[in-house]
Parts: sequence; structure tokens; C-alpha cells
Amino acid sequence: MFVVIRRIATCLLLCAALTSTAVAKEADAPIQTLLQSHGAEIKKSSRKSIGPAIDALAASGTPDAQTVLERWQAKEMWFHKDSGLFVFGQEADGGDLALFDVAGGGEIGTAPKKDYKQLKPNSGIRGMIAAALVQFQLNAPDPATRAIALDAIERDAEVSHLAALRASIGPERDLTLKARKERIERLLTIRFAEDDAERIAAIRGFSGDLSVDLRAALNPLVQTKLEVATDLPADAKVVRVGKELAHDEAYALLVERDLAPPRTDPQTLRETLIANIEGEEVAGVKVATLDTDDARAAVYATLAASGNAQPLVTDADVTGALERYVFFEVFTGAPVPVALAAQAALHDIEAKLALSQTVDLALDGLSLASIYFLAAIGLAITFGVMGVINMAHGEFIMMGAYTGYVVQLFVPDYTLSILLAIPLAFAVTFGAGVAMERLVIRWLYHRPLETLLATFGVSIALQQLAKNIFGTQARPLTAPGWLDGSLVFNDVIAISYIRIAIFVLAMIFLAVFLFVMNRTRLGLEVRAVTQNPRMASSMGINPDRINMLTFGFGSGIAGIAGVAIGLYAKVTSEMGADYIVQSFMTVVVGGVGNIWGTLLGATLVGTLQKGIEWLNPSNTLAAQTYMILFIILFIQFRPRGIIALKGRAAEA
Amino acid sequence: MSTLLEVSGVSVSFDGFKAINNLTFQINDAEMRAVIGPNGAGKTTFMDIITGKTRPDSGSVLWGEKSVSLLSMSESRIAQEGIGRKFQRPTVFEDQSVADNLMLALKKERGPLSVLGFRPSTTDGEKVVDLAEQIGLATALHRKSGELSHGQKQWLEIGMLLAQEPRLLLVDEPAAGMTPAEREHTTELLVEAAKTRAVVVVEHDMEFVRRLGCKVTVLHEGSVLAEGSLDHVTSDEKVIEVYLGR
Amino acid sequence: MAAIALSASRRSFVMRYPSVVIFIGVLALFTLGVTILAEGFGIGVISTSFVKTLGKTLCLCLVALAMDLVWGYCGILSLGHMAFFGIGGYAIGMWLMYARTEIIVRESLAAAPLPPTPQEISDGIAGQIFGVVGASEFPPIWAFAHSLPLQLAAVVLVPGLIALVFGWLAFRSRVTGVYLSILTQAMTLALSLYLFQNDSGLRGNNGLSGLQNLPGLSDVPQSTISILFFWASALALGLGYVICAWMVSGKFGSVIRAIRDDEARVRFLGYSVEAYKLFIFTFTAVIAGIAGALYYPQAGIINPAEIAPIASIYLAVWVAIGGRGRLYGAVIGAAFVSLLSTWFTGGQAPDINLGFYTVQWVDWWTILLGLSFVAVTLFAPRGIGGLFDLISERRHPDRNGASLGPDPGALREKEADQ
Repeated sequence: MFVVIRRIATCLLLCAALTSTAVAKEADAPIQTLLQSHGAEIKKSSRKSIGPAIDALAASGTPDAQTVLERWQAKEMWFHKDSGLFVFGQEADGGDLALFDVAGGGEIGTAPKKDYKQLKPNSGIRGMIAAALVQFQLNAPDPATRAIALDAIERDAEVSHLAALRASIGPERDLTLKARKERIERLLTIRFAEDDAERIAAIRGFSGDLSVDLRAALNPLVQTKLEVATDLPADAKVVRVGKELAHDEAYALLVERDLAPPRTDPQTLRETLIANIEGEEVAGVKVATLDTDDARAAVYATLAASGNAQPLVTDADVTGALERYVFFEVFTGAPVPVALAAQAALHDIEAKLALSQTVDLALDGLSLASIYFLAAIGLAITFGVMGVINMAHGEFIMMGAYTGYVVQLFVPDYTLSILLAIPLAFAVTFGAGVAMERLVIRWLYHRPLETLLATFGVSIALQQLAKNIFGTQARPLTAPGWLDGSLVFNDVIAISYIRIAIFVLAMIFLAVFLFVMNRTRLGLEVRAVTQNPRMASSMGINPDRINMLTFGFGSGIAGIAGVAIGLYAKVTSEMGADYIVQSFMTVVVGGVGNIWGTLLGATLVGTLQKGIEWLNPSNTLAAQTYMILFIILFIQFRPRGIIALKGRAAEA
Repeated sequence: MSTLLEVSGVSVSFDGFKAINNLTFQINDAEMRAVIGPNGAGKTTFMDIITGKTRPDSGSVLWGEKSVSLLSMSESRIAQEGIGRKFQRPTVFEDQSVADNLMLALKKERGPLSVLGFRPSTTDGEKVVDLAEQIGLATALHRKSGELSHGQKQWLEIGMLLAQEPRLLLVDEPAAGMTPAEREHTTELLVEAAKTRAVVVVEHDMEFVRRLGCKVTVLHEGSVLAEGSLDHVTSDEKVIEVYLGR
Repeated sequence: MAAIALSASRRSFVMRYPSVVIFIGVLALFTLGVTILAEGFGIGVISTSFVKTLGKTLCLCLVALAMDLVWGYCGILSLGHMAFFGIGGYAIGMWLMYARTEIIVRESLAAAPLPPTPQEISDGIAGQIFGVVGASEFPPIWAFAHSLPLQLAAVVLVPGLIALVFGWLAFRSRVTGVYLSILTQAMTLALSLYLFQNDSGLRGNNGLSGLQNLPGLSDVPQSTISILFFWASALALGLGYVICAWMVSGKFGSVIRAIRDDEARVRFLGYSVEAYKLFIFTFTAVIAGIAGALYYPQAGIINPAEIAPIASIYLAVWVAIGGRGRLYGAVIGAAFVSLLSTWFTGGQAPDINLGFYTVQWVDWWTILLGLSFVAVTLFAPRGIGGLFDLISERRHPDRNGASLGPDPGALREKEADQ
């Protein structure tokens, strides 16, 4: 009753005070009172002083407070210039302002805009308001709002969030959100909790987790700082000079702490000497004799002794100074027990991460292996099965890739053009292969070195021809959109779809090869001709035709490989030459005449190259160098490759 | 007479197929031996093992008075020890003259540097001429060996073997593709050679073996089936069974 | 009868190898002619740059000679000899660049108030040389760059050692034929990829440059230097020819040709085939290194692209076109093809207007070269040298219509007998 009377009284008072009709109906509502108690800070709108006001609003925990914060943030809070009462305002027609009550949001009416002043929080204040709003949002009825609040915390956590988050876990009904809240609560505990034991428990609770946000929470805790003192304090980790710490850096720290004089570097020494040149002498020594470091140091010492220069700091001085002090590391991010727990957790994570990285590396290696396999499988047919060495094989790969490029010029749809390019590339290189076999290679069977030379000639000519037609710059072969992106397993392991496609293509090739060689008439005849051409021809097989078809088949596969490689790398006239040596290595390492050997060879060469690149990530050129050296050594131990034929078959 | 070569318990297999199975064989100084056997009996592999081309999986091959093992030696080292081998097909260096071929084979230092400084002496020239006369190629000394007939190439190869002055000669089917007159001459050459050194002849042709008139070893499925004079082995039940089938 | 045999094997080297006299004579006349026509000491009809081209061609002939020895005579199709050539160039280039930069640095430091310390000089040189690759300190491989004798030793020792180690590994494991070719190609590729890196210590793909300026001879005109290098190249080629001819004329030549034709048989004759191959491979690598050391001061610049496998392939092309298995063939091939190449790619050859298309030789010469190489392999395995057989009275054995090429795969006659 009393309240009602008071309200009416205030209302009347206000009505009397204001000329307009617009009033804050409930000037004594708790929220208005709260606002008024911090009125000065709020109106001042300064980031430095606003903190208590926002905290007070947040602490009140009422729905009104939430609305106030939201509308304040949205720049919809106004106050009356005379009374200082706060209202929500929306600009209406004719320069008027539509007013709403801060308590409950009921419409009050309209008033001239000039009587009111808008609160315009700057971005810093808006950020603080947003942080304060989080606790309201965490308990919002709409799960989507709660999720957004959690996102906000993850992005930019603050000490204040911890309590709000903890309070919101109990009432949470959504199981997914509850799990998320619990996880974030532990992360925040690690970062902000006061109690060390609590933090350590939170850190231990995360064992087995590899995620980036956990690492981000732990890393600041284990930050250390290099310190120096005469005596080692308790529980500090010693850093040995010359082992973990370079002499120069250690001495630089001493200089920085004013514990030792700066070193006389050659530049200063030189300039000091030049400054002291008198005629042809420095301190009584002929300038012309100062062409060694020792002579200069000696003169400098004389200058220093006579007070004309800073004393010379010799190597012995440096060593002496370093011996007098002990260097150690202290944790700056957290108390020692917490830091140690964090360190242990990080070590654990690193170990697990290494495992993931190994898996990722293996996947990388596998995809490189499938590229080598694609490039080498055609060779495995011409070189491995027929014993014909084709140095123009790389140029067939290039021809396939350019076929793909030309098709894309005419067919703009990437999916369709790739589907068209694959059979077309096969046809083009099949034709080229057959032509080369008919014109060149068949005259040179049983003369491997001459075949090698003649096909070199073809390779040189084809490369230059491609340069004449397509120019020297790289041409694009664009993959269809559905091959963009990657398949992501976790934070570390990811593999792009295009690599998966190449891997699948390699497997298809393997299957096609096995099918053709083992299940078709052509394969049977090829094997017959390879093993005993005379016998085969006396049984009615035409070895000429078989050789021609086999060579065409091998070349055609090179063309398809060219399309695949073109998608992954750029199409240039030299792309074939880039793969030819690796392709031969793959076939030789695997064991000539065996497709499984080629598969193993490609896997070995691919994973090994990735492995070497991982050891020395800045340098793929060096990786290739070491790779080739490794292969040369490998051939020492298995001259006939991984899968070697023995006995009479090997000598054929 | 002392044992020159002793092969004992040698086995070798290629991809699971046992080419030589626990083979034991001995030959003495200045002995002629014929080795016969059906196709796939392991005759060529047997020679490959002695000359170091193939390494056996087990067993031992001992050589000479000091019984040194040949298994750890390279082909060229074994050849320098005094084991000469003639292949089934004549393999002479067709691009070079008969004299060059013989000079190449002459027993001399084999290292690159000593060969680089080598200039033939008068005695070397005489040796080459003597050998050429022995093999009936004295008039063909300056002809390219590629121009020779098949039989002449066979002789040239035998001549090259003799020039090496080996203590053991391994001869693989020396009479294949020869005319009767050429066979006669080949037999003479081999019999003459066997007077001063051990000779192992691998041959299919029974008539040729009979003419050599020496001890015979019969190989079957990689091991010794029978050993003795030709008449003895041809009357052996097992040998007849292997050669004629059941 | 004995007399015939003796006379065969005891005729003097020159008698057995008459081409040596002819070759040395032609080379001497050529050198004399160029000297008279050049600017340095003669009447100046031909330009200094053309003298350099001729001098470089002589070096290429020398490396072709090495290639012929290892491939034409011993049957090892090495695709690594241009790498050895390049290494020789790098070895001498390091000294040239170091010594010349040292002179420049000393001159610029002489103006400073204090005389320079050795460290300052060394830092100055390193800064000048390695500034392009963002380094300022000498890599360890430059440790001997200040010394001409040591770098000259490196010209011989580095290619020799690489060939020795690589050859020992390859021959020991009985890698032959095309496998060996591919392996040597891989070695060459590895080397060039290594040199392409900036931290190889040899200025990455910038290579070494300014090699035509001889340290201490800045007052001597290039016309004189070019003729001096021309003489040195001619002398090296003449000596190389005589040594190679001497090697292949005796029993050694007989052994290596036998290895080429049937190495297993040579092994059963008691020769250590591996030792011979290693000897030839290493020896020819050394010749290639020397040729490179003479070539690059005339070229003025060396970079890793010169070592890439394609260069070695071209070397094989020259030897094949000239005619392998005969020393003068290699020389003719290298001179003919490299000069023709210079002519075509230098833009001096007239374009051919076909009406609908103009054939520009800069673009089409490589294609012509590649195709003519195929044609030579197919139709004229004896190359240009084969023409001399037609002229000379040398009778060739009837080979049943199939030629006996110099590599093991070419023994078709023997195969026909099987």
C-alpha cells in the first residue's frame, strides 16, 4: 500500500515537473533506482569508469536488467536532460521520440527529441555490456541463444563468465549444451580459477583431448621468463649457458640488467680507433699496422687505459661474468604447481599430436604415392612387361594434360569436361603411342640403349612442339567444384578431395591393369609374347599387333594419368620431364615386371619423400635430392627391386 | 692324383624349384669327365655354381691343394684361380680379330693398370700363333671373329680357354651344331687338353661321349644318379628309366 | 706365320692409329688459322665472341671424347658426364669469383681510415658473393676458394671422387644397360636439384657469374684472353685425343670393347669387369671436369640448369650423330651439332615462309634435332663417322645384314644364331 502511494506521489511530482506528457511511469522501479544510483557513470559513458555500473546491472539478475543492457548496447537508451531519468526511445515521425519504460518496457508516449539525450556507448563499452549479457543469455529459454552465448565465451572469455557459466550448468536441460557448458567451464577454470587445486584438477580432467582451445588455454600457463641471479632460487629450472642458452644471449641479459658492461663490438672498436687518429698514428701506433684484430684490440686497450675509451671487454671478461651468475627460468603464467600440471598436460598432448601428425603424414605420402603410381603404371606396362624403355613417357603424360586443357577450352562445364577429357586423353596418347611403336620402337626391339636414345629424341621434339603450340607459361586444368575442399578427421588430419580422387583413380587403374592382364585375351597374348615371342607367334598370335596394342595401352594410361596430374599440378610443357625420373625409380625400386612391385615402389618413394620433407620442411628440392640418393643406395641392397624375379625368368 | 675340385652337399632353388639338390661331385687333376643328363637336370646350374655365377643356398665348393672355398669369390677371381668355362653358344668377341681374342685370353696380369701398360712381347706373339695353329685358325688370325663359321667360333673359344691355361676346363656341349669332321677335331682338342688338366664336358650326344672315353656322371633332378664308365651307367636301371621313361 | 702375328701386335701406336696424326694435324692447322684470323694476335677478321664460341666448342669436343670412351667403347651410356663437366666449371668458377671479388673488396676498403683486417676482407667478399641469396657468410665448401692450386685440384678430384663413389656403388651391384643410364640420370638430377637450392652454398639458381674476367688480368683485353683460352682448349683436346687413342689402341681397348659386347664372358676370362668400368667411368669424369673448367671461363656464367640431365642427353646425341666407337666421330659430332645449334638458336638461320606458317628456327630447331636424332638411331647408327668408312678402304665383315652396334643390345647377329 505504501509503495502504491509512493508511486503515485512520485508520479504526481514528475507530472508537475515536466511540461510534456511523456514521463517515466515508474520512476521508482528497482531498475530505475539502480540506474539512477550509477547515473553519473552511465551518462559519462567512459570505458574506464563504467565497469561498476554494468557489474551492478548484471549482478541484479532481473529480466529488466537484461533488457536494459540489450537496449543500451543497441543505442536505444535515452535520458531526460532535466530529471536524468532513463527511458528507452525510438525515433518517431516529426522529430519526436517514442518512449518506453525501462521497467517492463511499456509504452509511455511520445516526447520532443530535444528534451532527451541518447546514450551512445562506444565499442569498448558495448563489449563490456555484451560480456555482462552473457550470463542472461546463458539462461535464455531459447537453446539457440544459449549456444550463441557459449560461442561468445569461447571467442573472448573473461573472469566474470566463470561464475555465470557455473551457475547456468545446473538448470541446463539440453544435454549437448550441458556437455559444452561443462567443457567450457573447465577451460575457464584452468584460465581463471583462484584455487590452484581446482585448476590442476581441471587440467587433469582433460587428459586425451587434443583440441586447439585446450592448447590455447594451457600455453599461457607455461610461459617462462629467463632470469639471472647470483644464487639459484628454489624450484627454478636452471638454464645452462652454452647448452640451452647461447653465450651471446646470456651476456646480453647481463648487460640488460646492468650486471655487466656492454661488449666492445668490432664496429665500436673501429669507430673509436678512427676517432682517435692523430696524423698517421693512433695512441702512438702507426695506422698502417692495424690490419689485424689483435693489433686493434691492443691499441684500444691503450686508449682505454688512458681514459680515451670505454674499457675493453674481452672474451675472458665475458666468460668470467657468465660464471658469476646463474641463469634460470621462472614460470610467469601461473603458480608453479599449476604450470607444472599444464606442462605435463601439454607434453601428453604433444605426444598424441605426434601420432596424429604421423597419420597425416602417412596420408600425404599415400596421395603422393598414388600420383607416382599413376605416372609409373604406364611405364610398368611398356618397360616392365615389354622391356621397352620409353623416355617420351613423360611427354605422353603432358599430352594427356594438354588434351584436358584443350577440352576445357571448348566445354566450360568442369565436370563434363573432365569426363570427356579422360577418354579423349586416352585416345590421343594411345594413338601417339601406336604411331611411335610403329615408326620407331619396333625397329629397335632387343636394343634397349638405342630405344632409350631414340625415345629421347622423340621426347625432346614433343616438348618443344608443346612449347611452340601452348607457349611456355603454365596452363590451368580446373577441377570440378565438388572436388574442392578437404575431408577433415580432426584438428591435424585432413586430406583434400582431389587427392582422394587421385587415390581412387590409382586404385581403378590397378584394377583395370590386373583385369586386362589376367582376365582378357589381350592380357594372355601379351604375357605369351613377353615370355616367348617365337612360341607365341607359332601359335597364331601376331607379336607385332600385340606389341603395338600393349604399347598403345601403356601410353593411353599415361594420358589419363596426365589429366589427373594436371588437376593437381599446373600443365606445362616440362611437366612430363618432372615425373619421368621418379616414374622410372618407382618401377625400378618396385621390381621390373611386377605391378605389385610398382605399387610398393610408389608407396615407398611417395612416403619417403614426404617423410624427408617433414624432417626438412622448408626445402622440397633437398628432399628430392636425398630421395634419389636413397634410391641409389637402395639399389645396392636390392638391385632387382622390392619384388624380384629369380632364376631363369630374371635373365630373360 | 689329388682332388682338384670337390663339390659337396650343394643345393640351390629358384622360387621354390630345386635346381640342384644335395649334389656331390669330385674331379682330379688331369682327368676327363663327361656329365650327362636329361633337360632340366641342372647341368648348366652346376657349372654356374662352380664358376661363381650362382650362389648356392647350402653346401661347399672346395678348390685345389689348399682346399680354398670358391663360394666367396667373384667370377673373375675364380677364373684367375684357373677355372675356364666354355658356354653352350659360342661367345667370342665378334668385333675383334682372332688374334685380339686370343691375346685377350692369354694368361697375364688382369688388373686395369697393368693391362693399360701392356705391350705384347715376342713370346706372347708366338703363343698366340701356336694356339691358332692348334685350333686350325692360323690363316684367320687377322680376320674379325664375327666372320668365322659356327664351328670355327667354337674352336676359337676352346683356343681362348686353352690360352687362359686353366687347371679345370668346363665345356658345355662343345659339339653342338658341328659337322662330323669338326666333331672329330673337337674331340682331339679336348682329349689333348685333358692330358695336362681336368676337363668336364657336358654333352647330350652319347656318341660324342663314347668317343671321349672317360668316366661319366649322370645328373637327374639336381643330384647325381649314377657315376662310372659309359657302359656301366647305360646299363643302370635308374638311368634307363630316367632317359627312356616308364 | 709368326711374323704376321707379331707385326700385328707390335706395330707402333701411330701406325695402328693413323687417325691420331691426321687429327692432330687438322687441329694444329685450325688453331693456327683461328689465331691468324682472330683479333688477339692476328688480323681481326673473326670477332672475339666467335673465338670464344670456337674455344667452347673445342671443350665440348673434349667432353664428347670422354663420352665416346665411356659409351662408345665401354658401353656405359652415362647420363652424368655433363654433370662432371659442370662440377669442373663450378670448381674453377669459385676461385675466379672469389679472387676477383677479393680485388674489388680490397680496393674499396683501401679508402677506409683503418687498414682492413682479414676478417673484414672475408666478410666483404662473402657479402658481395652471397648477397643475392640472402647470406653473408662463406659456406664450408668455399674453404679452398682463395687458392688457385687447390681449386684446380678440385677440378680433377671432385668429379673423380663423385664418379668413383657412384661408380663403385653402381657397378658393384651389377647395374647395367638402361638401368645404369637411368641411375646416372637420377644422380645428375639429384645434383642439379641440390645446386638449385639457395642454401647449397653455390648461389642457387643464380649460379656463378663474371667468370670471363680473370683476376689480375683486368688490363688484358678480352680478345687476347679469348685466344689464350682457345689455345688451352685446343691443347687439352689434342692431349685428350692422344691419350684416349693410346688407351683404346692396345689390349686395354680390347678389354673394354669386349666388356661392351659381352661382359659376362669377360668376367669368365678372369678380368674384373667392375674395376675396368670404374676406371673408365672415373677417368672420363676427370676429363669432363677439365673440359668444364676450360669451358666456363669462356662462357662467363654457370648455373645449375647447365647440369640438368638434358645437357647430358644432348652430349649423348652429339656422340651418336658423330658416330660412337670412334674417337674422331665424337669430336665431329660435338663440333657439328653444337655449332649448328648455335647458328640456329642464335637467330642467324633464315626463317622459312611456308605461306600459311613461318618456320622460325629458334622454335623449330630443337624439334629438328630431336627428329634427326631418331633418324640417326634408326637409319645411320654409325653416324657421320660412318661416311669415312665409305671413303676408306677398310673392309667390313659381312654381318648378315645386321649391324653390330657398340652396345650389348646391338648384337643381333649372335641372337640370330640362337
